[in-house]
Amino acid sequence: MLKIFKMAVRNTHRYARRSLLIVSLIAVGVVFVQVYMAATNSYKNLIISQITDSMLGHIQVHKKGYLVSVENVPLNMNLTAEQTARAEAILKANPMVESYSTRIKLGGMISNFAETTNIRLAAIDPEEEFKTVPLLPSRVLEGTSSLKPGEALVPELLAKGMKLKTGDTVVLVATNKDGSVNGKQFTVGGIIETAPGPGGRDGYILLADAMELLRMDPPEVSEIAVRLKDFGKLEPAFNALMKAFMQEKTKDGKPVFEIHTWEKLSPFSAIAKMINMMTLMVKIMLVAIVLIGIMNVMIMSVYERTREIGTIAAIGTQPNTILAMFMAEGLCLGAAGVIAGNILSVAVIYGVRLMHVTFAFGMREGFVLTPAVNPVDFSIISAIVLAVAVFGSLQPAWKASRLEPVKALKSI
Amino acid sequence: MSIISGKDLRKHYIAGETRVEALKGLNFTLEAGDFAAFVGPSGSGKTTLLSLIGCLDKPTGGLLEVCGIDVGKLDRKAGARFRGEHIGFVFQDFNLIPVLTVYENIEYPLMIVNPLPEDERKKRIMALLEEVGMTDQSHKYPDQLSGGQKQRAAVARALVTRPKLVLADEPTANLDHKTAYMILELMKKMRAETGTTFIFSTHDQKIIGEAERIFTLEDGELAGTSRTGGNANA
Repeated sequence: MLKIFKMAVRNTHRYARRSLLIVSLIAVGVVFVQVYMAATNSYKNLIISQITDSMLGHIQVHKKGYLVSVENVPLNMNLTAEQTARAEAILKANPMVESYSTRIKLGGMISNFAETTNIRLAAIDPEEEFKTVPLLPSRVLEGTSSLKPGEALVPELLAKGMKLKTGDTVVLVATNKDGSVNGKQFTVGGIIETAPGPGGRDGYILLADAMELLRMDPPEVSEIAVRLKDFGKLEPAFNALMKAFMQEKTKDGKPVFEIHTWEKLSPFSAIAKMINMMTLMVKIMLVAIVLIGIMNVMIMSVYERTREIGTIAAIGTQPNTILAMFMAEGLCLGAAGVIAGNILSVAVIYGVRLMHVTFAFGMREGFVLTPAVNPVDFSIISAIVLAVAVFGSLQPAWKASRLEPVKALKSI
Repeated sequence: MSIISGKDLRKHYIAGETRVEALKGLNFTLEAGDFAAFVGPSGSGKTTLLSLIGCLDKPTGGLLEVCGIDVGKLDRKAGARFRGEHIGFVFQDFNLIPVLTVYENIEYPLMIVNPLPEDERKKRIMALLEEVGMTDQSHKYPDQLSGGQKQRAAVARALVTRPKLVLADEPTANLDHKTAYMILELMKKMRAETGTTFIFSTHDQKIIGEAERIFTLEDGELAGTSRTGGNANA
């Protein structure tokens, strides 16, 4: 087999210009795909981490049916204290869970005594919340993220519209689930940056303040945001939690909870899916480049070396060996393209990092694109190219192995 | 002992709508160790006959036994195996593999076709290189050799598997007189040393003069056979 590869390498050198051309073509294709994947992965991961680490958490647990009505922030779909305790027990028992934060979500009105407008609020325990969505404090533009009783974090756009600043007094008015309207005076503790996605325009108050505002007794919870120790293990963690939560049934045998990953909760998951689709298309283009390129070169090679094939067949080379010889040649071309392409890709990826390319997401600017060399992506792309190179050389190699020696020897 | 036997051997081709009778029922035998030539004008069927004996093609009628095997019944794989084990080829255009050195060209059948351990392979190749006077050229590629050197390398390649039979299709056609004689001398020497049967297709008078047995073909038929003293045993 070593001899076959030695011959294959020499044959690629024999048609140096042609080999160089196809190797360059494959290398450029590999660079394009690797850099594209590294850049889009960087973009995607940055945005996902923004969404999950500053608002959503990795997973959320609600009472069954809550998500369908999530836009109305229904207070009658809250988890009771007992249900919350059961949910917390499940989360504490799962070793993949880093932290969780219980929230009351409510809709209401905010008034600065001159004008009044709608507001959506998330009532939180700051300690739990900042452990679960650690980027939330970084979204506080003015004031402090450490909420004190009677303080509210007001969304940036709303604060601008109502000309609110830290220390101002506002009144929050909300209707509780019994239908009674209640109000409570708050101080603007901080202005929070608006972020794209669900919860990105919410204001924040303390859980205790929300319970007072809603006259809620005993306490209830609208949602539980969950942070995992390893985001890469989202799927197994979700499956394990799903299994545990689905065992919790009501008296009539229906599930008490519903559980969703961030993908179900954020419209960005559609963009992430679109990016994945585009990555797939780019990969298909690479496959086409390699397939057509290798096939073309190998067809030419078989055509030009018909007499040589006749000779090696005449001296007793088995058809399978001839097949292997030409497939090895295609594999060598593919391997050379992969090696060159991967080396160039690493250089380009580090070049892009050094260039500090920035982009905006929603209202926020200055996200730095930090593409990284991902060994798994590199291995997958390399394997695809090599497999396609072998596949592309299969037909010409098959043709070579099927040539009649007597006819091949007569070829000029 | 007969090494090749042809009985009513026929071969026809279909060229467009025309049926071409290349061989029209040949009957002949060749003995082991023969130094024989198939002679005749172009189109007489020499190369076709050599192709059939070499299992490069199949007869369309009659029987052809080579080394006791009915070669007409061999499939593609079996034919390749048979060629690798029993037959060496020397071509008019040398047909060395351009990406392999002289040493590697001779080594090829022992590496790819009939694998031998490296030390035995090397011993056999070095002995043959010595025999054909190519030891100094062993590291060169075919495009660095003269026509005579190429053909000597080709002869060494044909003999390296120790075949029972060497088929040479116009082996001197592309060589000058002096080189052609040198190649013939080499083949005669190898025949004398190994007992290998050499069969040529040729219209080169030098080969005809050296052959022990001459089969004259005309228009696909055996027009005559003669057994000459030749100089083959000289």
